[in-house]
Amino acid sequence: MGGLLSSLYETYQSTLAYTALNSLLALSVYTSLSCGQLALGSAGFAALGAYSAALLTLQAHWPFPLALAAGLAVPALLAVPLGLPVLRLRGVFLAIATVGFGEVVRLCLVNWEYVNGAQGIVAIPQKTAVWMIYLALGVVLFLLARLRGSKWGFALEAIREDEPAARSMGIPVARYKLSMLVLGAAMAGLAGALEAHFTFMVAPNGFTFGRVVDMLVFAVVGGARLYLGPVVGAAFLTLLPELLRELAPRVGIEAGPLRLMVNGLILLAVILFLPSGLVSLPGRLRAMRAARSPP
Amino acid sequence: MTPLLSLERVYRSFGGVRAVDGAALTVAPAEVHGLIGPNGAGKTSVLNLVSGFLAPNAGRIVLGGRSIQGLGPDRVAALGVARTFQSIRLFPDLSARDNVVVGQHLRRRASLVAQLLALPSARAEGRSARETAAALLERVGLSDRILEPARHLSYGEQRRVEIARALGSAPRLLLLDEPTAGMNPPEVRAVAELIRKVAAEGRAVLLVEHNVRLVMEVCERITVLDFGKVIAEGTPSEVARDRAVIAAYLGSEP
Repeated sequence: MGGLLSSLYETYQSTLAYTALNSLLALSVYTSLSCGQLALGSAGFAALGAYSAALLTLQAHWPFPLALAAGLAVPALLAVPLGLPVLRLRGVFLAIATVGFGEVVRLCLVNWEYVNGAQGIVAIPQKTAVWMIYLALGVVLFLLARLRGSKWGFALEAIREDEPAARSMGIPVARYKLSMLVLGAAMAGLAGALEAHFTFMVAPNGFTFGRVVDMLVFAVVGGARLYLGPVVGAAFLTLLPELLRELAPRVGIEAGPLRLMVNGLILLAVILFLPSGLVSLPGRLRAMRAARSPP
Repeated sequence: MTPLLSLERVYRSFGGVRAVDGAALTVAPAEVHGLIGPNGAGKTSVLNLVSGFLAPNAGRIVLGGRSIQGLGPDRVAALGVARTFQSIRLFPDLSARDNVVVGQHLRRRASLVAQLLALPSARAEGRSARETAAALLERVGLSDRILEPARHLSYGEQRRVEIARALGSAPRLLLLDEPTAGMNPPEVRAVAELIRKVAAEGRAVLLVEHNVRLVMEVCERITVLDFGKVIAEGTPSEVARDRAVIAAYLGSEP
């Protein structure tokens, strides 16, 4: 029994790790969404966290916890000068500006000889254990849970629902938006630093525009109105390919294309039928059952 | 008595339109002050100037001895000004109670650390904010609907939640922008009663309202705007007799 469990764990260790890593990354997009901002700089922030931490352990021989802290702090600090101008933009313009930031980060890394350009850094010591990623996710979820229903949590909801009304209540909207961008950057940076020390390597093509779209899709599919949504979405869409890989050969299709198709269908279905994401499914089912049964 | 709020020769134009054209008015502490005038006279612009949603092109706005022109809405709110909106701006997915809880933002003092650690002080504050919200909703006659999402409430109920939300910050000055629009007569009477009680607590009210009868009934003084200019100022009976006011409302005789 113990042998079976440990062999299962070895087989799925990477899936387990990516479930939590993707949750963290989805939450880093969610923090800005929670106050109505579509900021898509998370791939860039994750890259900054990953490279900072990797260089510090590899070149400067920093202890791993300190390197992780730096991987969290560097993108968080950079988010301040980035956020001050770009958070004046709204909606899709903010999205474009932050995507631009991510691409600038990626292209700088591609052209930086010291970190081997497009090849990236290899032979990073593997210091990340799966439990560390879950611990980080747990801490983040705990903090977000505590914010919910507090003065700050309500202020974020108020900003998302009606910004002028929120300002007239004395809520300093700009400061809140910047704080959430910084928080998201810290989370993305931490996820990047943990990932780098899990997979032994970092390369610029791990932080493309496609990666941040994935994070957004996790958040939207799970539900971007509650902090649990991005976690549910990330877990669902990370585990699903594993399931499909088992199923696909039996129905005679290749797993790769099937995955993309199923992901697309799920995203469409959620946007059309469950705009508040998978986390709203239980409530919706309950409401439907209540509506069907006579009073 | 020194005024709580004074506007000194305030100008604001939009493109070529002078929405507020050298307007001056003063509101004393605990006074109910009416602001009336025909459509497009600049009443809402005055409220937007006072609450920081607009900055004047020229002139001074003084609140409690301090110049506030150019401050943003959140800064002005922190100085004790709360408002409602002509087109209702509740947080539609939040319950009536949570809307009023948000309105207490400025009064909540617990630190972020206390909240994150769920210290008793932070929890007690959250509880008292909910209790205060329930009490304020009872004041506006909505005690049976406090958990209803704001978007499910009727028009008149939403206006009353907005007033309760504005009172949540315990303001020195309450700006009401057509609070009785879309209300039935009993609701209007309740709002009139509420405005009187709010003033009796020492809060000043600046009331923009189309229902002239309500304004005459609850206001101590009235300022009349027309094309952004003040054309009359005085007690309700003075204003009602004023030739310029009658001309503005009914058209002047040839």
